[in-house]
Amino acid sequence: MIKISHLVKNYGNFTAVDDISFEVAKGEVLGFLGPNGAGKSTTMNMLTGYLSSTSGSIKIGGVDILDDPLNAKRLIGYLPEQPPLYPDMTVEEYLSFAYDLKNCKLNKEKHLREICEVVKITDVYKRMLKNLSKGYKQRVGIAQALVGNPPVIIFDEPTIGLDPKQIIEIRNLIRTLGKEHTVILSTHILQEVQAVCDRIVIINKGKIVANELTENISRAVENTRRFNVKISGPQRDVLAMLRNLPGICYAEVLAARDGDAYTYMIESEVGIDVRKKLFWALAERKWPLIGMEALGMSIEDIFIAVVDKTAPEGVQRPKKKSRYEGVRAAEEKEVAAGIVEKTVKDQENASYDEESSDSAYYEDHSIKEDTFASEDKTEEKK
Amino acid sequence: MLAIYKKEMRSYFINPVGYVFIGVFLALSAGLCCYTTLQSNTYNTASYYYFLILCMIIIIPLLTMRTFSEERKMRTEQMLLTAPISITGMVMGKFLAAMSIFGGCLAVSCINLIPLYVIGSQETKASDGETIGPVTPEIIGSLIGVLLVGAVFIAIGILISSMTENQLSAAVVTIAVLAVMLILNMVNSVGSEEEGTRLINNYVIRYVIDWVSVVSRFSNFQYGILDWSALLYYVSVTFIAIYLTVRVYERRRWA
Repeated sequence: MIKISHLVKNYGNFTAVDDISFEVAKGEVLGFLGPNGAGKSTTMNMLTGYLSSTSGSIKIGGVDILDDPLNAKRLIGYLPEQPPLYPDMTVEEYLSFAYDLKNCKLNKEKHLREICEVVKITDVYKRMLKNLSKGYKQRVGIAQALVGNPPVIIFDEPTIGLDPKQIIEIRNLIRTLGKEHTVILSTHILQEVQAVCDRIVIINKGKIVANELTENISRAVENTRRFNVKISGPQRDVLAMLRNLPGICYAEVLAARDGDAYTYMIESEVGIDVRKKLFWALAERKWPLIGMEALGMSIEDIFIAVVDKTAPEGVQRPKKKSRYEGVRAAEEKEVAAGIVEKTVKDQENASYDEESSDSAYYEDHSIKEDTFASEDKTEEKK
Repeated sequence: MLAIYKKEMRSYFINPVGYVFIGVFLALSAGLCCYTTLQSNTYNTASYYYFLILCMIIIIPLLTMRTFSEERKMRTEQMLLTAPISITGMVMGKFLAAMSIFGGCLAVSCINLIPLYVIGSQETKASDGETIGPVTPEIIGSLIGVLLVGAVFIAIGILISSMTENQLSAAVVTIAVLAVMLILNMVNSVGSEEEGTRLINNYVIRYVIDWVSVVSRFSNFQYGILDWSALLYYVSVTFIAIYLTVRVYERRRWA
């Protein structure tokens, strides 16, 4: 649905986006991650035709955004970083303006009402935009992007300024949208990506450093065999026992303390499940096992590792002192290295898109029926 | 384009700026009409429309100052530029909205001339069959001329507004540019050709200044003459300014 090849954007001497290529399939939710100033917003702005690229091409549904901007833009709903609201308009006027602007053909009243219900702004429908709270403004911005039901939806940090409940609602909305629409989501909130995205693209200093399916990343994460266990018992003895238990290659006391119970971090050897053995060993000694929590690697860890990996020497984060952190960091770096290497290869191999795409040009990507109506039904079922 | 036009029209009336413009324009035109025709006991409207154009230098920027600078400041231009409309459509929508307000005001300001016609008809009655009163073709010509000059001013105002984020600086720069155009024209006409007392004698400089003298081309319209060369001049300058506005936006995308 979206094909970006060898996209470059220079601002004078500064290269904001440096030769990035990726594709987004129809119905995919792509998470676009990166630290501040990585080039996320620049890429989004180029995708939506607000900025032009220095070189490279962007195709939305087979239509090049520079060759035929009007037809390409028709396929996109965009929420910029700062929602583009006219403070003097009411929500109603604003959405009706968006409707006219996009030259929308759906039943106006019904369509706008549905959108308002989906993003839950029906109760402020008649109010002036300047009097709305940040969360409502953000939601009106989202509503504006949904007007006309475009097949591609691009959100630049959609959940900033929302309260936790609203964030969950918006994530659910994005997930439902992802069934029919192609969604690109830029954010630096990692849980968000983990929660809603099919695929993750990490960008740093204008370059893509990782491009992986979320489930692949999760799988890489699950390979580690680390647990936090909370054991009630004399700390030194417990630690000694843990270290001597066959199958455990590493054990350490963490600071968290709960009565006479301490939390220990253990790591097992590859291919061995120590959980049962550990339970019986503890039972034998009458040290109650209070809690056990598998420590997957969070996407945070990978994100930080990947970004660090690609940062030039000297800019790297200060080395963590504790041995425990050291072990974790080593592992993250390994996973990160794998992802980075693969991505670099992909980026090099990305084809220069030269072949004509006339056939795709006439493909009709518009979503005819109102998908919002069906969403409500599925939500009710839940 | 229609969506932008509608939005702009609405924004003129939900902001004070539209009302301020209409109020100031109508008050100024009424005052000018009093002093230039009624007070000086004449049916000649030439100086009325000439002074109206001078006042437009100050009040047209009120209309155009926020067109693009506000959009840029509020980041709403991002919505317009990512919507499936062309930049030309966007600029034209805004231009036409400003033109509608201005044209509407100009039309309403014609009520200023009613007293002239009333007095004229009474004097005609009193005299022996002689027709006395304002010359309608002259007035129509002047109105067309003022409308064209207004279009040029609005297009220039929009161009300047598209180059800045600040409404106030847009207004000030627009006033400055329009005033300079007027002053150059005045300097150009100092002295006389026959007596050889021209302030500016260099033919090239005179030619260049003549190119920007929007006001001097107005004179033929005052006599009820539809001056095609002037008409073409006004329309071209308007389109050049609109075209440059479109280019400002294109350039910003590529910067």
